[in-house]
Amino acid sequence: MTLLQLIFLAAAALTLGAAVMVVTTSRLVHAALWLILALAGVAVLFALLDAPFLAIVQVVVYIGAIAILIIFAAMLTRRVMQDSGRQTTRTWWLGLLAALLLFGGLVVLVLQVPGFQAAGGAAPDPQANLIDLGRSLVDVNAFILPFELASVLLLAALIGAMFVARPESRKPPGGKSGTPGGEA
Amino acid sequence: MGWRMIGNPFGWIQQQLMTLLTGWGLSQAWAAAVLSLVGAVILATVLLVSTFFLIWAERKLLARMQDRLGPNRVGPWGVFQTVADLVKLLGKEIVTPAGVDRFIYYLAPLLVVMSVVGIWAVIPLAPGVQGTALDVGVLYVVAVGAIGELGILMAGYSSNNKYALLGAFRAVAQLVSYEVPMVLVLLVPTILAGSMNLEVIVQQQSPMWFVLVAPLACLIFLITSLAENGRAPFDLLEAESELVAGFNTEYSALAFGMFYVAEFLHAFTAGAVIATLFLGGWRGPGAETYPILGFVYFLAKTLVMWFLSLWVRGTVPRIRIDQMLAFNWKVLTPLALAVLTTTALADKLALELGGNRLLTNLGANLVVALVTLAALRAYARAQRSKEESQRIGGLVTAAPVSRHH
Repeated sequence: MTLLQLIFLAAAALTLGAAVMVVTTSRLVHAALWLILALAGVAVLFALLDAPFLAIVQVVVYIGAIAILIIFAAMLTRRVMQDSGRQTTRTWWLGLLAALLLFGGLVVLVLQVPGFQAAGGAAPDPQANLIDLGRSLVDVNAFILPFELASVLLLAALIGAMFVARPESRKPPGGKSGTPGGEA
Repeated sequence: MGWRMIGNPFGWIQQQLMTLLTGWGLSQAWAAAVLSLVGAVILATVLLVSTFFLIWAERKLLARMQDRLGPNRVGPWGVFQTVADLVKLLGKEIVTPAGVDRFIYYLAPLLVVMSVVGIWAVIPLAPGVQGTALDVGVLYVVAVGAIGELGILMAGYSSNNKYALLGAFRAVAQLVSYEVPMVLVLLVPTILAGSMNLEVIVQQQSPMWFVLVAPLACLIFLITSLAENGRAPFDLLEAESELVAGFNTEYSALAFGMFYVAEFLHAFTAGAVIATLFLGGWRGPGAETYPILGFVYFLAKTLVMWFLSLWVRGTVPRIRIDQMLAFNWKVLTPLALAVLTTTALADKLALELGGNRLLTNLGANLVVALVTLAALRAYARAQRSKEESQRIGGLVTAAPVSRHH
């Protein structure tokens, strides 16, 4: 049992345990915090797979932005302190059946991948990996089109958010003195 | 052996411990892992203990700037004042208010302290001495800061107090906003050095420190790290007269002490990051042959930047939350984008056409700075004339008033 295997087992157990707690805990904000723990476990798994850039980006984007957004949304829209409803619906056995079928199907599929039971190959150099990633994002033969499309999508989302959040337009000061309202 | 030991104490200690551990029968990998753990514990302990000195020095220096003495009763020049404060904090009862979410309530200060101490894992203290040689060190600094924001949000939420929650929201709004220009500007030393590894960034500053090549980037990073830390003029988060005490209203005794320590240590850490990225880290005459000299240079530069942030704290008043956010989104973010674009262009042009990198980058920075100043001046003039016209337009006069500009 090498150290890496030990760390992998611990991180995997943490991720799975946190994921189970996300769906079974009764308080909404607790579920969000368990989700953060699960995402952190995934970041550790990325680091174990010799992808440090993805691990750090997982922390920055998922935990530092998306999870905080989820917590804000939960805190600002419901009365979170008294949030504990029933945990199961009437047809929970259907969900269990579907989940077991999906799990079985995925296991069968993954076992058919050639080389699944073989030992891992040599790990690529992380520094070269990062340079490759950067180059492929702007290479005409690689991923420049999805990259630019994603940028346009983000820009559209930003403009849309600003438009939705701007205050009412000021009425001209007809008969009133003084400065109306603040600037947007 | 004498000079080498004194010249490179870190390497010597590491060698001795390694031979000791492998002599006890541990394999190479396990011995390295144990050594890393020991190094991490030593680094964290030294940092947390050094906050004694930092807090005392800050109080004395701030006092002198405000024309008073500062602590001078407990020990010579009041050196043991922080120890007395710590003993008092330890002796207080940790009052847990009713209805708090216990686990999150106690976890939040730990996360905030962890996010500050964790930054030191990637900072090169001396040539060859780095906690862990991450190839994405610069991004790691940002990621660890994000965990600190999470701690603040958890502190505000779990306090079962509307005002603590509001304070936490405001704090996270400020921190998340100022992260945007900070990340943009952090890319400038990355471009100039060609790597995100902090050790490589320090090594690439050999002819010229990056502060001379990209002064605007250094300035923006200084401002945003002050805002990320929550120091004046951005200390609306837990200023003594705001929303009681912001997100740490319901914390008492040692839990509050941890937030306090995290804030002061963060100022020192921000100084260390600026020293590494822009001032050349451990570079200095004779640093490669005697690594201990490198450590001394690094410490001196960090203390200078820490003193600068202290100086700013003692000089300027606090700004309001709407002024703070307007400044960030209207001035800092466009400026950071402009600096990043012009640095990338200028550096690439200088490399391709074979020009002098330093002068090209300096010229680009100068152009961006002049354009920004001109734009700010035009904006200020437009504001002033609009205010004047509205002030005069509000007067009730019988005869038309002629306006002189």
